[in-house]
Amino acid sequence: MEKINKMTKGTVAGIIANLVFVEVDGPVHQNEICYIDLEGTKLMAEVIKINGSQAYVQVFESTRGLKVNHTVEFTGHMLEVTLGPGILSKNYDGLQNDLDKMDGVFLKRGEHTNPLEDDKKWEFKPLAKAGDILEAGGWLGEVKENWMPHKIMVPFKFEGKYTVKSVTEAGEYTIHDTMAVVTDEKGKDITLNMIQKWPVKLAIKAYKEKPRPFKLLETGVRVIDTLNPIAEGGTGFIPGPFGTGKTVLQHALSKQADADMIIVAACGERANEVVEIFTEFPELDDPRTGRKLMERTTIIANTSNMPVAAREASVYTAMTLAEYYRAMGLKILLLADSTSRWAQALREMSNRMEELPGQDAFPMDLPAIISNFYSRAGFTYLNNGESGSITFIGTVSPAGGNLKEPVTESTKKAARCFYALSQQRADSKRYPAIDALESYSKYAEYPELQDYFRKNIDPDWPEKIALARDILIRSREVSEQINILGDDGVPVEYHNRFWKGEVIDFIICQQDAFDKVDCSASLDRQKYMLNRVLDIYHTEFSFESFDEVGTYFKRVINTMRQMNYAVYETDEYHEREKELNLIIEERKVA
Amino acid sequence: METKAFQKIYTKITQITKATCSLKATGIGYEEMAIVHGRLAQVVKIMGEDVTLQIFSGTEGIPTNAEVVFLGRPPVVKVGDELSGRFFDAYGDPIDGRPAIEGEERQIGGPSVNPVRRKQPSEFIPTGIAGIDLNNALVTGQKIPFFADPDQPYNEVMANVALRADADKIILGGMGLTNDDYLYYKNVFENAGALDRIISFVNTTENPPVERILVPDMALTAAEYFAVDKKQKVLVLLTDMTLYADALSIVSNRMDQIPSKDSMPGSLYSDLAKIYEKAVQFPDGGSITIIAVTTLSGGDITHAIPDNTGYITEGQLFLRKDTDIGKVVVDPFRSLSRLKQLVIGTKTRADHPQVMNAAIRLYADAANAKTKQENGFDLTDYDERTLNFAKDYSTKLLAIDVNVEVDQMLETSWDLFGEHFSKVEVGIKQEFVDKHWPNENEVK
Ligand SMILES: Nc1ncnc2c1ncn2[C@@H]1O[C@H](COP(=O)(O)OP(=O)(O)OP(=O)(O)O)[C@@H](O)[C@H]1O
Ligand SMILES: [Mg+2]
Repeated sequence: MEKINKMTKGTVAGIIANLVFVEVDGPVHQNEICYIDLEGTKLMAEVIKINGSQAYVQVFESTRGLKVNHTVEFTGHMLEVTLGPGILSKNYDGLQNDLDKMDGVFLKRGEHTNPLEDDKKWEFKPLAKAGDILEAGGWLGEVKENWMPHKIMVPFKFEGKYTVKSVTEAGEYTIHDTMAVVTDEKGKDITLNMIQKWPVKLAIKAYKEKPRPFKLLETGVRVIDTLNPIAEGGTGFIPGPFGTGKTVLQHALSKQADADMIIVAACGERANEVVEIFTEFPELDDPRTGRKLMERTTIIANTSNMPVAAREASVYTAMTLAEYYRAMGLKILLLADSTSRWAQALREMSNRMEELPGQDAFPMDLPAIISNFYSRAGFTYLNNGESGSITFIGTVSPAGGNLKEPVTESTKKAARCFYALSQQRADSKRYPAIDALESYSKYAEYPELQDYFRKNIDPDWPEKIALARDILIRSREVSEQINILGDDGVPVEYHNRFWKGEVIDFIICQQDAFDKVDCSASLDRQKYMLNRVLDIYHTEFSFESFDEVGTYFKRVINTMRQMNYAVYETDEYHEREKELNLIIEERKVA
Repeated sequence: METKAFQKIYTKITQITKATCSLKATGIGYEEMAIVHGRLAQVVKIMGEDVTLQIFSGTEGIPTNAEVVFLGRPPVVKVGDELSGRFFDAYGDPIDGRPAIEGEERQIGGPSVNPVRRKQPSEFIPTGIAGIDLNNALVTGQKIPFFADPDQPYNEVMANVALRADADKIILGGMGLTNDDYLYYKNVFENAGALDRIISFVNTTENPPVERILVPDMALTAAEYFAVDKKQKVLVLLTDMTLYADALSIVSNRMDQIPSKDSMPGSLYSDLAKIYEKAVQFPDGGSITIIAVTTLSGGDITHAIPDNTGYITEGQLFLRKDTDIGKVVVDPFRSLSRLKQLVIGTKTRADHPQVMNAAIRLYADAANAKTKQENGFDLTDYDERTLNFAKDYSTKLLAIDVNVEVDQMLETSWDLFGEHFSKVEVGIKQEFVDKHWPNENEVK
């Protein structure tokens, strides 16, 4: 959007909750940001509709006390985030205000805080040299941000090619210092510091290509990695009724996933859940680097009691930060809890504008908005040949737990992994309550990914996953029959089949998110365990009567669970393994 | 409510609907309060000079030449130590026959606590009820509702919980309380000699329903005064939030808003969240804990009100009549306190989590045995024992009339394990079994 020379002004003409009608004296842009002056307090708002000389704006804060004729100043730009070193480890609100810089216990309207640090010095190292030709997103140099190489880039807004005229030498600098001078195609010199801005509703496209995802993103959660794997740069979503474990699962992913950076967008959910991250992440170790988890995490907190309009902004803010770091060649995991709250915010506004409602009163274009958002994730090759990725996993909170509702259905079309949480599993404490059979990963069928599995895990991995799923399906079928016909109304073999499925359920699908060891399983370990349960499946056991079957497999399961609770390949682990071998021998048909 | 000299009086109403009236006025602030024909009202829409007011007690009988006075401020509540022991209506006016209080005026429905200024809740609230303390421990700063059918004794349970909880202040927000229930609360609080710790804002079924909308904000603004200014532990009781939500739907319906599921307003989630999220633990010791009641119709939790509530609160407590023992119990399967892991086993005895899980698992086995029995299948010896265990467990622990300390609840659980099961069947970590498994001769 090009800058407007004379800033447009306006006056308030009408107010309905956070929808405000503004009479304007000049040009305005759709989605332009303006500030309403409420007797000295500046309320931030966004233009969402224009009708003649009236702009409809949604105010990101409470409009209490606002009056007709209060003045409005337009900024000439859309909602933007400020990009530069210092974003890591921050706690932002949905509009990128640094929450830690705000005064007092309560949030104050109109208080806007600096997302970055003006005075902090960063250790800079040049990467480009005079004469290099770069495009938007090209790397000029890097600073160390919590041990991560943070690239200083040619701003994303720049179009065309730029010749590097000079890059500042290595040393310590603030974000406002000049880091480079570049010359545009017309020969004009432009001085660059470490800061740039970007409008959150637009995707950052400073990359060469976006191939289909072809690598696994390890999460440490067995039912995901083994049975429904998500690819690096992939998309997934977790729908589930309240209390089935969406947030616990997302927190587990944020702690364990193999990513360089985690961005957590708490979108319209509980404040105490964000406090849990604030409290625990500075103490917890990142299993891969040994550093504290908070060092690789950024939180966007727009909890349910914070202004509704900023909820929508919060997910875009989070996505834009992820795109910024992806352009540095990093592997980002973006989590949003819950995207339904964002959709509800859209619904509230659309109703206030008296738009024609779609299903359940959601706006008609909800599916388009959701799929547009999910499409911003992905694996990318950058212009310099490096790669970076954003893997995105959102939760969905379906009304009444019914998956036939607009947000779930729209998301299903956009996301490639579906992790359905089942009320029944949650009720019987089979956590994580992901229904392994209802759930799916489209990536598991990608030939690229299958090759990756064969090469990196096991030559028969895809077949093994298929077999495991098959065993679960058959186990479920016989369990229904046993329920109808009674324990002794079916052949003993049925019980055998049922319990072999239960072994997979208990040992692969279930995992204790609150246990220090079991919470995360390495790929190696997952491979060992899958092979182990499949061995058991292939083993023929002899039983006289049905009650022997249950008793026996409970022992098998119990021992294997102890293995899951033991640190991999320690004495204790091998001890349990031996115990398991003995139990197997007891009833194995030679 | 006195009017002040400088206030301009309007006498020309241009439009009247069931819930609102409109007039031409200037210089009016959004959400400003007004008095229309002696009734309290609030600005809900401004379009140029046209101002629309929502009249809390309804528009019946309002003439077009009614007197309209704007108060120049949003809704407020007076706060101060004198609130203690007093009963107010939804507007904060006394209903106990005593004079109005002098306190400081605070706007209700104020801003949210900055999440980074919160502390993670960590203080256990014992209630004496095992269905709560043993299986669903409550923590200060938590928000949790009772999900109950209208015929269940939720007001009694809540009054008990409130009086036993170690709170500096108890603030009752009553919405659509029957007069009998109101008098019940008044009575128990008086008899417990606890009146000086208690403050009530009450809308009864005799008052207009829309007035209820003010009650939670009144109660919670008072709560914030005590929790923030006085660093006190405040317990807020909100009953019945279903009637609160019904009032919201009346308003949105009268204002011709597009309803979403179950004819509730599309903003129901945000409206409820704004209330429940006032629950907070502050680092300096002050806290607000919210225990609410959401009545269900026919146990249906997929209805928009309990559904949205479940997505907001930190768990829920289900009351259910156990027909086997003829008592109301806290259902161990459907109840959940999501903050319990912050206190059980650390603030309570180390064996607490394992004992809790083992008992619930055995109780679940009993439920399966019962289904088997009902379907006409034979029961095994184990099935029989689980059924006997379940009866004892319900009577001695789950029933809401139980009132004991947590340690005693754990002891009772161990006794029941010893009486009905072998150590292997109970499956608790060896170190706890060694320590707590009852001696053979102690068990009857
Ligand atoms: N993996 C798990 N292991 C053990 N307990 C779990 C697990 N997942 C969930 N739980 C239990 O379920 C409770 C609810 O989980 P969680 O908060 O993640 O639900 P949710 O789906 O996010 O609910 P909501 O939609 O209301 O936010 C937790 O407090 C915990 O007691
Ligand atoms: Mg959640």
